[in-house]
Amino acid sequence: MNTLYFDNNATTQVAQEVLDSMLPYFRDYYGNPSSMHTFGGQVYRRIEEAREQVALLIGAEPDEIIFTSCGTESDNTAIMSAIETNPPKKHIITTKVEHPAVLNFCKNLGRKGYRVTYLPVDNKGRLEIESFLRAIDDDLAIVSIMYANNETGVIFPIEKIGHILKERKVVFHTDAVQIVGKLPVNVKDLPVDMLTLSGHKIHAPKGIGALYVRKGTRFYPYIIGGHQENGRRAGTENVAFIIGLGKACEIAAKSIQKEINFVKKLRDKLEKGLLNNCPDASINGDRENRLPNTSNISFAFVEGEAVLLRLNEYGICASSGSACTSGSLEPSHVLRAMGVRNTAIHGSVRFSLSRYNQEEEVNKVIEVMPGIIKDLRLISPFGRERLMGKRCST
Amino acid sequence: MWNYTEKVKDHFLHPRNVGEIENPDAVGIIGNIVCGDALKITLKVDKKTHKIIDAKFQTFGCASAIASSSVLTELLKGKTIEEAQEISNQDIADYLGGLPEEKMHCSVMGREALEEAIKNYKGEIQPIELQEKIVCKCFNVSEEKIRKVAQENHLTTVEEITNFTKAGGACGSCLGEIEAILKDVWSIKEPIKIETSSPKKLTNLQKIALIQDILEREIRPRLQADGGDIELIDIEGNKVIVGFRAMCVSCPMGGITLKSIEDKLREVVGEEIMVVEE
Repeated sequence: MNTLYFDNNATTQVAQEVLDSMLPYFRDYYGNPSSMHTFGGQVYRRIEEAREQVALLIGAEPDEIIFTSCGTESDNTAIMSAIETNPPKKHIITTKVEHPAVLNFCKNLGRKGYRVTYLPVDNKGRLEIESFLRAIDDDLAIVSIMYANNETGVIFPIEKIGHILKERKVVFHTDAVQIVGKLPVNVKDLPVDMLTLSGHKIHAPKGIGALYVRKGTRFYPYIIGGHQENGRRAGTENVAFIIGLGKACEIAAKSIQKEINFVKKLRDKLEKGLLNNCPDASINGDRENRLPNTSNISFAFVEGEAVLLRLNEYGICASSGSACTSGSLEPSHVLRAMGVRNTAIHGSVRFSLSRYNQEEEVNKVIEVMPGIIKDLRLISPFGRERLMGKRCST
Repeated sequence: MWNYTEKVKDHFLHPRNVGEIENPDAVGIIGNIVCGDALKITLKVDKKTHKIIDAKFQTFGCASAIASSSVLTELLKGKTIEEAQEISNQDIADYLGGLPEEKMHCSVMGREALEEAIKNYKGEIQPIELQEKIVCKCFNVSEEKIRKVAQENHLTTVEEITNFTKAGGACGSCLGEIEAILKDVWSIKEPIKIETSSPKKLTNLQKIALIQDILEREIRPRLQADGGDIELIDIEGNKVIVGFRAMCVSCPMGGITLKSIEDKLREVVGEEIMVVEE
């Protein structure tokens, strides 16, 4: 059975060019970049090239890029660095809809005596700027706000927030894992001090990430040890993966505009097809201001895990905010923060596309989904009356 | 991805006996749409032999909830009401070749719907779940249910209770209470009592300091995590006066929050503490 992959916000397929760029660094060029000999030294030069490629994608200087093991490490490092370099300050501002890499890290700090403000979002998942302004005080160590939400794709006004914080000289970090490679990001125009990106969301492998740290930002390393990464992140470099990330960034930088148009067209077709053919379905999140690849749709009266497993029968991969799929029995914290009704949260399905999706795949989802929803609603004790009048067309 | 057996997959993809019997002789409803799973079974029973002639179900829930319901209706058909009474949640799980631990609550839900249906058949008054003492407010799980499930399945840890009933699976504020219930279930004599023993009497100053400390270190961070906050206004003897701030002001769960703060303070400071809103 073919895999129809619509879960690219979870992870992406490694691009062939990326894999090809990596392989020699397992087999042939296995030297340690810190070594004195040419054999190792040549690897060091390749890492610096990768650094340039990553920097180029986000408009940074190469020495503003630190390679890490993943997005989570970058997020943790950014927050910890701000705290370590601002010892008297005990206040952190973030949002209720962050990725667990930021959210749970902040919750942990909350237990260690830090005061954390979790900013609310409105029913479309948009940040409420007023509550942000109210939360700012002199005790602020760092503000960490995601650039785009992984579940809904909603984009936050990072530039606006950055300008407000710049005046007050507060360290500002953004988790840009979901937006880098999907929309243009340029730190030259973006007043952030630190920015997180991750390899496996942009067709590089899992296990590699980067943290952008603007020149002049006070920095304290999170992983302590050797002098790698200019003393900012210890541990022998994950050479092949760094080179892979560099390649993935190079490809993204080259093809981003083309990809935006391609992916958005497919996403819009998918969304329109599902909404037109399934009654009681609605989009979660601000449709005007979200990632071009993401669609989060709630199908009322059905449960997300059941939908995913029925889709799975056709080889279609998606994800859900339903409690049953979380492993924690808790429904999506993002949709809850948005005030989405419980009935709709349990029936939420996220489709996230990439450059590798095809129009036929979208057609297939539009073809099978109405039947799945109709079938599960016939099993469900809820919403049957409505179903009788307004059937899913199959 | 859950590790479902082929049997679960089969009953999920091809559920048997979906629907609703017209003019049923017994109806059992359990759960609600807010929890994420709900089940309704309807039975047709031969009034003379008390044999179940037909059983149908409707389920809102995940794959294992649908499969559990489907299996339950299969198990019921042809059995007398008396025989049906003997079907346990473990029977449902066994029939499916087992369920992931976290999904055991789906089989429990089947067993509960069956109980409701039998009570309904016998013409007994339907028990109203909400009148029982609710331990887990997030998933609406009663103390009675926790006790029952613990005994029936020989559950001894809080984690097992969460896997079987969901209780304590969300906010976690009832985990202590579940532990106390478990202690009570499995120790024969020790009466259920959350440990409150404060051997020596605190001075007023010590008491005030302790209350402040608990509010600052434990209560406020938890509320702030959800966008809320609380302010200590005054302490008059054993009366702790607080004011809700931020998101707590408009939160409909205010009463529960107040109660949980009181519980915490009683646990640590003393049984006599009372928390009131300004």
